[in-house]
Formats: sequence, structure tokens, C-alpha cells
Amino acid sequence: MTYQQQGGAAPPGPPVPTMPAAPAVPPQAPPPEPRSRPAAPDPGPPRRTAWAEGVDRLRAAATTEPGRLRVIGAVLALLVVVFGAVTAWQMAERQTAADDVLNRSQPLSSDAAEIYRALADANTAASSGFLAGGQETADSRRTYEAGMKLASDKLVTAAANSEPGSASEKTISDLNRLLPQYTGLVERARANNRQGFPLGGAYLRYANSKMQIMLADAESLYEVEKGRLRSDYADAKPYPWIAIGLGVVAVGGLGWAQRRNYRRTNRVLNHGLVAATAGVTVVMLWLVVGHSVARAGLNESDAHAVRSLNTLNDARIASLKARGNENLTLVSRGAETKEVGKGENKKSVDTFDYDYKAQMALLTTELRAAEKLADDPAGAAPVQDATKNMLVWKERHEVARAADEAGDYQGALDKVIGSEAQEPTRVCFDNVDAALAKAITREKAEFRQAAGDGLSAMNGLVEGAAVLAALAAAGALLGIGRRLSEYR
Amino acid sequence: MNARRMRASLRGWGGVGAMAVVCALAAVFALLLPRTQPGGADGPTGGRGAAQGDQARAEACEKPEERSLAPSSGDLDGAAVQKIRKRGKLVVGVDQNSLGWGYRDPNSASNGSGSKDSASNGSDLKGFDIDLARAIAKDILGDETQIIFRAVPTDQRIPKIQEGKVDMVVRTMTIDCDRLKLVSFSSPYFQTGQQVLAPKGSGITGYDDGSLAGKRVCSAKGSTALEHLEADKADGTLPASTNIRTTVPNQLDCLVRLQLGEVDAVVTDGALAASQAAQDPTVQVVGEPFTDEFYGVAMKKDGADDLIRRVNQILEDYRKNGWQTSYDDHLKKYLGASSGPPEVAYK
Repeated sequence: MTYQQQGGAAPPGPPVPTMPAAPAVPPQAPPPEPRSRPAAPDPGPPRRTAWAEGVDRLRAAATTEPGRLRVIGAVLALLVVVFGAVTAWQMAERQTAADDVLNRSQPLSSDAAEIYRALADANTAASSGFLAGGQETADSRRTYEAGMKLASDKLVTAAANSEPGSASEKTISDLNRLLPQYTGLVERARANNRQGFPLGGAYLRYANSKMQIMLADAESLYEVEKGRLRSDYADAKPYPWIAIGLGVVAVGGLGWAQRRNYRRTNRVLNHGLVAATAGVTVVMLWLVVGHSVARAGLNESDAHAVRSLNTLNDARIASLKARGNENLTLVSRGAETKEVGKGENKKSVDTFDYDYKAQMALLTTELRAAEKLADDPAGAAPVQDATKNMLVWKERHEVARAADEAGDYQGALDKVIGSEAQEPTRVCFDNVDAALAKAITREKAEFRQAAGDGLSAMNGLVEGAAVLAALAAAGALLGIGRRLSEYR
Repeated sequence: MNARRMRASLRGWGGVGAMAVVCALAAVFALLLPRTQPGGADGPTGGRGAAQGDQARAEACEKPEERSLAPSSGDLDGAAVQKIRKRGKLVVGVDQNSLGWGYRDPNSASNGSGSKDSASNGSDLKGFDIDLARAIAKDILGDETQIIFRAVPTDQRIPKIQEGKVDMVVRTMTIDCDRLKLVSFSSPYFQTGQQVLAPKGSGITGYDDGSLAGKRVCSAKGSTALEHLEADKADGTLPASTNIRTTVPNQLDCLVRLQLGEVDAVVTDGALAASQAAQDPTVQVVGEPFTDEFYGVAMKKDGADDLIRRVNQILEDYRKNGWQTSYDDHLKKYLGASSGPPEVAYK
């Protein structure tokens, strides 16, 4: 029936008269489709739209079995192809996010923590060097230089990985600009110290105030990177519900087609359709199982390693800040005070001693949290070690404060940066830092293991889903085609 | 013909016009002269103007440096002194950043024996103020080592005394009328005056000769230098284009800003300016001191009269015995030979 129109359309319609005819009869030609259908010979139907024609043709086709089979075949193939495409798309997204977690955002947030730590470390070393006198100790010099090197190295990586125009990029370029200014001030402080000029101390104070700006920048960078890690996790973990839903629909559709087939022909198996169903089912299973395993790995890396890592990094930064404040208490000798409390409890306290206490309290809570998060004794051991050293540190600090309060400045100094025999807090801080570094290395390895496992569970899923879905679609078409051929 | 007549008439009018102009100018000058004269006098002789202002202020509280209690006027060993004795330590607010006055020489006693032990070097503060503080501790407690030094930023000197965080402040502190309302001072132990410190070859030649126009000048927060800068900028002694916004916790921080090119000049006490110049051969003290100032030991305003008398008694002895030695040890190399401690008069 459709042949009639198609057949009559092109060959018999003499194009020569129709072409001028269209512009010749403009008055009664308001319908929009006279040109789309140059089939002028048929005066009645040409007024209908192409869409209406198509629907009509489909309706007509659906009334015959081969027509219906054609429609069913097309819909099934389309369903399977869409299912495959959505699966590939959703899994590619999750795979990218998981890959970002493992290879991008976690290393970057680690780097940001390292930048922060390195800067604080260098600043603490510089103030220790100042306390020690004009000739800074080899130790403090080495720590300072290592801190500066690490910070500038990590800033290069961070700069390479930051998106142009982002807040991180600006923070990083600020840090890159301030870093040489800071080192310049420290070198001037050293040169003046060596000459025995108090100007050295003034430079160091200025350098320290610059560093406070840099530390605030580094902290915000760290927070941004931590946020990015969170959002990558959030992108990688949710179940691919659309793909799963489409899979269920595709399997359902294939099942229905086979049941229909069985009803009409009494044939149990249609090889093509069965193959298609099998293909779709395999993709579905792979999808659900693969993603569940990946999710488990990511959850594991998040719940254990990343949370531990964040806690440990925070603890390490708190211990560094506490150490820096402890030094500055002695450098400033009570020069800076601040008001705390309200009303009758209001009193003025030494700014740096107050900050030291606040950071030590933070260190205590972070260490407690880290110990709780540690999932095995081997992971808890370095944290316990750090806690033990922190307690000694607190005790020794009290002795140093008491000496300073009693006017024994030298005694206080010895207790803070003195030689091993004088039992200074320096040793405790070094031990805490080393223990935390060890714990961080451990947790990093654990993270790579768990997140790597998670990522590899999704390996090949995208390509597999695409290939299998294509095969399944072909199967569906073949299966339907086999039935269709019975009508020829 | 016509043209010649025209010229002639113009010449006639020209004479009248010229006379009119001369008259007008004379009138303008006559009107303006009385106004410009005081202004003109203010420029170059602003120092005198400021000095007059100072005198006026000084007259209001009659020479601040002569307002302390005479040792003979009462008890030398009252509650305030007893409190220190009972504690066994004298708590003194000092500076640790002023070469010659109160500072920590990072290389003192440096024996170079090893890195670990270098921490035990150079923690002692040194300087003219430190010597005086030790002399006070020795008199009150019998031991000059029974002393706790607290580093005090310039603008924290008065609050620390008021809060009782320190017994006294011995820190190049100028006795002035405003401060006398908040704390008490001992008799003067040193005379100085505000001066300008500037890089050599900067073209800055003094405080009130206009060479600070368009320059950035640094001073310490809560210092007499800043008070003078603000007052003189307000009354026009300083050019309006002088930028005095940079203030720092300690006068030495000004030298840091100067070396970094963030300011062009520093105003501080001459005695401190000299110790800054000693740390940087490329800067110099320029111009004459534009104020007369006296350093005193600051103590609590109320309930410390016995301590003030006691310190004044100690200073009586110290001027005769100790002052010159300390000056020669710490200040002579920066300030040159001294004519001795300032004259003393009590209230």
C-alpha cells in the first residue's frame, strides 16, 4: 500500500510542470508542505504531514505480522544499544572519578598537606635557628632547606594540576610569589644575626608575619584539595541506576519478545534472542558486581585510609604549629599578649603560649581520633608512639615555662632547644613528627592498595559493556530476522 | 593718518591702563601680604613653631621631666617595694631590639664548640637600659640576677604597667605629659631628641626643612615620634604630601622597612636612630634633634610612690657611679662621648 505512493511520487510526476506551478499558484497555497511533497499528481493526500504519513504507515505495518516483527526487532535492538551506551557512559564516568581519586585528587590533597607542613617546618626551623644564636645549627639549617625545597617542588606539581582560573591556581601563584620574598627575609635575618645585630630578629619577625599569610594560603589550598577528593569520591561511588534500569527494561523486553514468539510459533528457543538476553544479562551482572566491588574498595580507602590520612595530616600540622608557637614564646619574651575570656574571667595571656596550648589540645584530639581510626595494631603503633612523645613534650614544656616564669630564660631555652642531655622539648617534637610521618606513609600505601583494587574492579567494564551490547543488539536483530524470513 | 591717530589714542589709553593695573596689583599685595607672612614664616621655621607648641604644652604640665618624687619626700620601702621583695624577682619591661639599649647579641659567648650547645649562648640581654634595670634589682633584692625581663613592644609599655604585668618599664621611654596621666616616671636618666634617619644620598636633609615632602616616613606605634609626626602634619609643619601611615611595633622594624624600600625615612629618638645607623652603614641620622626629651623609668601611677622614690634614690647613686661606665660600654661607639647624665629636679 505504501508502494503506491512511493512509486507514484518520483517517476511519473513530471518535474518540469510542477516546479513553475508552485510559485504560479501562491494564493491558495497556505499549507506549509506543498514543496516538501512534490507529488502533485495526488491531489488529496499531499496536504498531510510527513510525520502523519509515517505514523500511518507504521500503523498499517503493525497490522501485519512481518510489520510487527520489524517494529519489535527495531525497538529491541535500540533498547539493547541504548543500554550498552548508557552503561559505558556511566561506568566511564565512575572510572574516571575513581581514577581521579587514586591518581589525582588524593595525591594533590597529600601534596597540599605537604606544602603546608613544609612551610610550617621551615618557619619553625628558622625561629629555632634564631633562638640558637647567630650561627644557626646544622640541623635547623637542614630542616629549613629541606622544607623550602619540598614546598617549592610540591608547588610546581600543584601548579601543573590546578585548573586555569580556579581559586587554587590563584592561591598557588600567591604562594609562588611569597616564597622567594620569605626566603629573602630569612637570609637577611641570618646575615644580620651573624653580625650580631638585633636587626636580624626584626627581619625574622617580618619573615614570620609573611609566613603566616602563606600558611593561611596553604591551608585554604589543602581544604580545596580535600573538597575535590570528597567530590571525586562522590562521583565514583553512586550505583549506575540509569544503566541498571535500562538493563532491566532490555531483559524484560527480550523476555516478552521470546514469550510472544513461543505463543505464536510454539518454538521454545530463538537463538538470536536468547543470545541477546544472555549478552544483556552478562553486562548487567558485570555492571552490578564490578561496581559493587569497586565501591567496596573505594569505601574502604575512604573510610580507613583517607580519613586516617586527613586526621594524621591535621595532627602533624597541629604539632608543627605548637612547636612554632613554643619557639616564638621564647623569641618574643612575652612581647605579644591577647585578651581571652569575658567579663570577670577576662585576662591577658601570652599570644604564643596561648596558641601553643590550643594546638597541643588539637594534637591530642587528632591523635586520639587517629588511634581510633587505625584498623590494625601495626597502624596504631606509630600513633601510640606519637601520643607517648607528646605527653613527654607537654611535661617538659611545663618545666620550660616554669623556668621562664621564674626569670631563668637560659634554663627555658635549654629545655626547648637544648642538647639531648638537657631533655629539651625539641627531641619530643622530632619524635612526634617522625612517628606521624611513619603513620602517614603507611596509610598512603593502604589507600593506594584499596583504591587501586576498587579501580581495577571496573577495568574493561566500559569496553566490555559496549562490545557485548553491540553483540546482543545484533543477536536480537538476527533472531527477529529469522522469524521475519519465514514470511518471504 | 587714521592709523597714527589710533596709535596715539591707544598710547593715551595705555598709560591709563598701566596705571590701573599697578594700582590693582598694589591693592592685591596690600591685602595679601599680612596673610602670606605667617604662612611663609611657618614653612622654614616650623621647628620654632613646634617648639613653641611644645613649650605651651610643657607649661601646661610644667616640664614633665621635673615632676617625679624626691627620694627624701617619704618612704623608700613601702608596700610596692615589699611586694617585689616578697616575690624575690623584679619584673622589668625592656626592649630586646635596640642595639646599645636593650638587645640580645646572637653571637655573645659564642665559642663555636659545636652545634648542639650553641643554644646555651647569647640569651642574655645587654645594653644601657638593661644595666640600669640590673642596678635597680641589685638595690631592691640584693642580687642583680633576680630579674625577669619581659620584652615589651612600644605601644604595650603603658598597658603592661597598668595591668601589673611588669613592676617597671626601663625601655627608652620618654617622659611626657600625656603619659604622666597614665603612669608615673622616675627622674630623667637620659636626654635625647627626635631625629630623622634616611639613606645616604636620598636628598632628605632634616625634619622640618621640607625635604620630607612626598616621602614615606616610618615610626613605631605608640612612640613620641608618631605623636610628633601626627601633630606636625596636622598643623602644617610637615608637608601634607608626607606619608606617615607606616607604623610598626618596634622602631627597629622601621629599619627593616627602610632597607626593603617600603619607606623613605624613619623618625625616632636620636639615641635609637644612632643605634639603627650603626647596623646599616648606608643610612645616616640627618638634621638636628627637633625635640628635647628625657628617658625615665615608668612605674604604676597609684600605690607605687615608695617604689618611685626608691628608684629615684637608686638613680641618684647610679648617676655618680655606674652611669658613665654603662654609657661607655654600650652607647659611646654610636653616640660619641657624653657630657654625663641630665640635670635632675624634683616636683
